[in-house]
Amino acid sequence: MAEPVDITANGGTPDLQAEPMLINIGPSHPATHATLRFQAKLDGETILDLVPEFGYLHRGFEKESEAATWTQVVPYTDRLNYVSPLMNNVGYAMAVEKLCGIEITDRCKYVRVIISELSRIIDHMVCIGTNMVDLGALTNFWYFWKPREEVYFLIEELCGQRLTTSYTRIGGAMADLPAGWTDRVLAVCRGVIPECIADVNALLTKNRIFIERTMGVGPITAKDAIALGFTGPCLRAAGVPLDLRKDEPYLVYDRFDFDIPIGEAGDTCDRYLVRMEEMRQSLRIIEQAIAQLPGGPIDIDDPRFILPSKELVYGNIEALMNHFKFIMEGVKVPAGEVYSATEAANGELGFYIVSRGGGGPYKIKVRPPCFPLFQGIPHLVKGQMIADLIATLGSVNIIAGELDR
Amino acid sequence: MAVRIEKDGAPGYALTTLESLIAWGRKYSLYPFTFATACCGIEVMGAFGTHYDLSRFGAEVVRFSPRQADVLLVAGTINYKMAPVLKRIYDQMLEPKWVISMGACACSGGFYNNYTVLQGIDKIVPVDVYIPGCPPNPEGIIDAVVRIQKIIETGAPRAADRWPIK
Amino acid sequence: MSIVLDRLRERFPADVVSTHSDFGDDTALVRRERIVEILAFLRDDPALLFDFAMDLTGVDYLGEEPRFEVVYHLYSLEKKRRVRIKVRLHEEDPVIDTAVAVWPGINWYEREAWDMYGIVFRGHPNLKRILMYEAFEGHPLRKDYPKAKRQPTIGPEE
Repeated sequence: MAEPVDITANGGTPDLQAEPMLINIGPSHPATHATLRFQAKLDGETILDLVPEFGYLHRGFEKESEAATWTQVVPYTDRLNYVSPLMNNVGYAMAVEKLCGIEITDRCKYVRVIISELSRIIDHMVCIGTNMVDLGALTNFWYFWKPREEVYFLIEELCGQRLTTSYTRIGGAMADLPAGWTDRVLAVCRGVIPECIADVNALLTKNRIFIERTMGVGPITAKDAIALGFTGPCLRAAGVPLDLRKDEPYLVYDRFDFDIPIGEAGDTCDRYLVRMEEMRQSLRIIEQAIAQLPGGPIDIDDPRFILPSKELVYGNIEALMNHFKFIMEGVKVPAGEVYSATEAANGELGFYIVSRGGGGPYKIKVRPPCFPLFQGIPHLVKGQMIADLIATLGSVNIIAGELDR
Repeated sequence: MAVRIEKDGAPGYALTTLESLIAWGRKYSLYPFTFATACCGIEVMGAFGTHYDLSRFGAEVVRFSPRQADVLLVAGTINYKMAPVLKRIYDQMLEPKWVISMGACACSGGFYNNYTVLQGIDKIVPVDVYIPGCPPNPEGIIDAVVRIQKIIETGAPRAADRWPIK
Repeated sequence: MSIVLDRLRERFPADVVSTHSDFGDDTALVRRERIVEILAFLRDDPALLFDFAMDLTGVDYLGEEPRFEVVYHLYSLEKKRRVRIKVRLHEEDPVIDTAVAVWPGINWYEREAWDMYGIVFRGHPNLKRILMYEAFEGHPLRKDYPKAKRQPTIGPEE
């Protein structure tokens, strides 16, 4: 039996100071969002120290891509951030195109903008929805799942799959937009999405319980966020207006009028507000992009990168051989190395690619936006309550697929 | 089960065995444990979501404690770091229990054939229903749940009864 | 020539081995001896101000000498510029000084490079495996590690 504690030992005032307690959270835990694990050292409910652990979804993306051709890597990129796979497709295709020196067609650029912004919206919806489930507000999750399904129908129409899209190709896309697709996108972007954002906004933004539960929870200063390498909504919530769509405009982002929302305190509430506003800004971008969408081909006109058409393959021996070599050996990409970054939903998604010529990559390194965010979690929650860890973790939106790769 | 209803409004009666009564009750109150690791987890959320609504089949009460669950829904890639965790969770579930393996990765490793990915969870736990696809649509999950219900209803042997496969 | 590479060569004439700006990416190959000084200079120099360590990775050029390469990608918030710093390491001595003191955020990237390539970051506070499990032997992204060589933690041997 343990020794009885003398609560009057501290000069007559009760001293209930106990040993710090170590608890393990995850890797299978309802609130750890897939496969994360923490070891928390607690003093009562206060977090003294937190050691994150991950790798439970390490799938060897880099090793697999080193054994694949350039085009075969596209499906692997879907499964990095599986909440917004189209953005990974775009990021990867842009990196390879930079290496090849390809200038894609104007139409393709606009299409990539539209699909990226649609993905950004559904990504933020998952983030906010699941974050609120962790805080006990289940309704928002259901509200946000409705427009998500609508967007999934659009994506399925675009590329045949709801989630693992593999839409982009080097120099273009898998296929052009289906007839009438942009009208249906507009209908969703004007109808169900703003309606659901307004509903959730009405339920949460001025909700006293929500505010007390999130304001001041998991804060970070701009200086610390930069030192830790934060990007995306988490950095912008801390007041740093870094957004590659504005700062290094890629595709055609410089042709649109949109704002970058920033927060002040960098806490969970600010991250929520930044994401809500980004969804509205994304809707603005989609509206403008569809209005400006030019006609013409979606693929570049270059037989070195684009598959010959089916009619040619079936009717012409050269096209058939070309097609065969293309599939078996892959696109020929010149030797060199590039780093190409895009603004994904969680922050800067970078691809560092080394090619030594030939049909497949020599090395692909993904710079996942979640990686530094997850590293910063102990910094965010130290000294706070254990329940705040759950709120904070949901709000930084860790996606294990890209964290572990 | 035999049911007789009297025409004149007198109380009828039902004849059944205790087993089939229990199976009938069990069938409509499945508590799934979603072991969602990867992309499939998003489609699991879709299946529980408003559009597909798995609760129509009596399986919407997700339990994150293995002690309270009957069906282990393994959704996503399992690698060698995660595999012991999965095995342990399976062992902690109470009998009777069923396992659904969702998606190409859980069924066979999918297109990840490398140093880290377990080539199918049936190497470590018995699997009752496999759902193909990468990822499967939410309809696939609904179909798997209905299949589990059929196994329960008919009293068909479970994969655990044939385990381990020689 | 880019201002970043000029400043770097001016300040560290003996340590910059070569530079190029292929594909618009400023790149400098430097010697490993003064890597921390170089990185701190890049961060603090008022004309450069690379305050973000965006990425760090290893590359295995099997068959070449030196075999390994450590690649830093830096970004400057104020100047909106990027630079890539590369260091070559010999196979028998894949050791480089840690940059955790320059950017705390680089901590896990270094752990990953250790885990995947076996590159040792001298002075790192916690150089442990990060993606793989502790019992794993070898470094999976090395080119001489077979792609499907498994080390099961559980279940039948394959």
